[in-house]
Amino acid sequence: MATRGFQGRARTSDGRVPPGQHVTDDFPVLTAGPTEFVETSEWELTVTDGIVTSTFDWDRLHELPMESITTDIHCVTHWSKFETRWRGVPIEALFDAADVGDFDYALVSSYGGYTTNLPVTDLIDRDAMVAVEFDGAPLEAEHGGPARLLVPHLYLWKSAKWLSGIRLGDDEDQGFWEAAGYHNYGDPWSEQRYASD
Amino acid sequence: MPVTDATRIDRVPVRQRLAWREALVVASVAESASARTLVLGIDGWDEHCAGQHLDVRLTAPDGYRATRSYSLSSGPGEVPQITVERVVDGEVSPFLVDEIEVGESFEVRGPIGGYFVWEPSDAPLVLIGGGSGLAPLRSIWRAAADHPPPVVIGASARSVDRLIYGDELQSLGATVQLTREAASGYRAGRIDRAVLDDLLACAESEVDTTDAVVFVCGPTNFVEHVATLLRAAGVRPDAMRLERFG
Repeated sequence: MATRGFQGRARTSDGRVPPGQHVTDDFPVLTAGPTEFVETSEWELTVTDGIVTSTFDWDRLHELPMESITTDIHCVTHWSKFETRWRGVPIEALFDAADVGDFDYALVSSYGGYTTNLPVTDLIDRDAMVAVEFDGAPLEAEHGGPARLLVPHLYLWKSAKWLSGIRLGDDEDQGFWEAAGYHNYGDPWSEQRYASD
Repeated sequence: MPVTDATRIDRVPVRQRLAWREALVVASVAESASARTLVLGIDGWDEHCAGQHLDVRLTAPDGYRATRSYSLSSGPGEVPQITVERVVDGEVSPFLVDEIEVGESFEVRGPIGGYFVWEPSDAPLVLIGGGSGLAPLRSIWRAAADHPPPVVIGASARSVDRLIYGDELQSLGATVQLTREAASGYRAGRIDRAVLDDLLACAESEVDTTDAVVFVCGPTNFVEHVATLLRAAGVRPDAMRLERFG
């Protein structure tokens, strides 16, 4: 159904924009609660599979191999941002160092209480990382610094800010937005915004 | 710092299937020099929860679509309404503010959202909005009109001609701050710690409790600023509901 009188912007035809998204040059902030301010001297990330538990402080995280990626990101609130530059530790390297077992699901948690759930394959087979730099500078608190999860191929609510924990298991427990009716997986290209999509 | 349990936060799941449906513009209200409210006729509309939003989808003749989210600004029992602020160089908002006419329609789905939602309770209620961030707060103060908790409202706008819901805010005794203009009847400057302390004291003076629930909505910088001040004032993060506009 066409909306009478609506023309819209110039079309982007190169297939880089997922359905229902528009491109922004800004970096909007979307967070359920207030911004958390965590000093790097206080920051810790706990990785556990229920049997093995490893804790990474800032120094231990920085002993792991880091990678830089340039990627497009997509927020469920309809904006996408092209060619964002990040640096951090690939999740596969993190799990190797933590020596955790092979499980299907992860529940990720943040300082402040936020949680989100993902299949483990999405954390280790693609570009997911614990990001500590954005655009060549330390990641700012309002964007999730000092360290956030980055899972660029899923809607950005999966990329938990102020990362504090990753719990692996056989079952998929729902996180904050997922339990509130958002999609369990969140693929922007299939426009999986809400549970019924 | 311990990780708190996010499941404490009450949430309203999205229950029904979210199908796109037609919304007919049945009336429009100019709210300011840059914002207007669209009153919508939507077949089969159910009551929404105060604070929820709609997704709006516009389709061009060649099939191109643009989708945005807009907060519902009507009370739960009212005909659904959205209040749209014109974004300079925006794609959707100028069309909704300046072009679409009564009798025309577009597509919507919703109501959506289970976090920035007011559930009736006896807790004192503080609503703080910047610019068009007042839209979901209007839904909440109208929903709370019949409830006992005091509702205290703080509003911020650049100038009188950019303030939405001016008459309604005045009748509710809201504190209105103008950041770029001095005008009689309004306070000048940004919302600061002193203003927040006044709002919180006002909410909590009428009941024997200090557990006010605070809703803050507006541009990102505004919400970050207010949330930081609220934390400094001792408001617990889980007593805040924040909604940031891009």
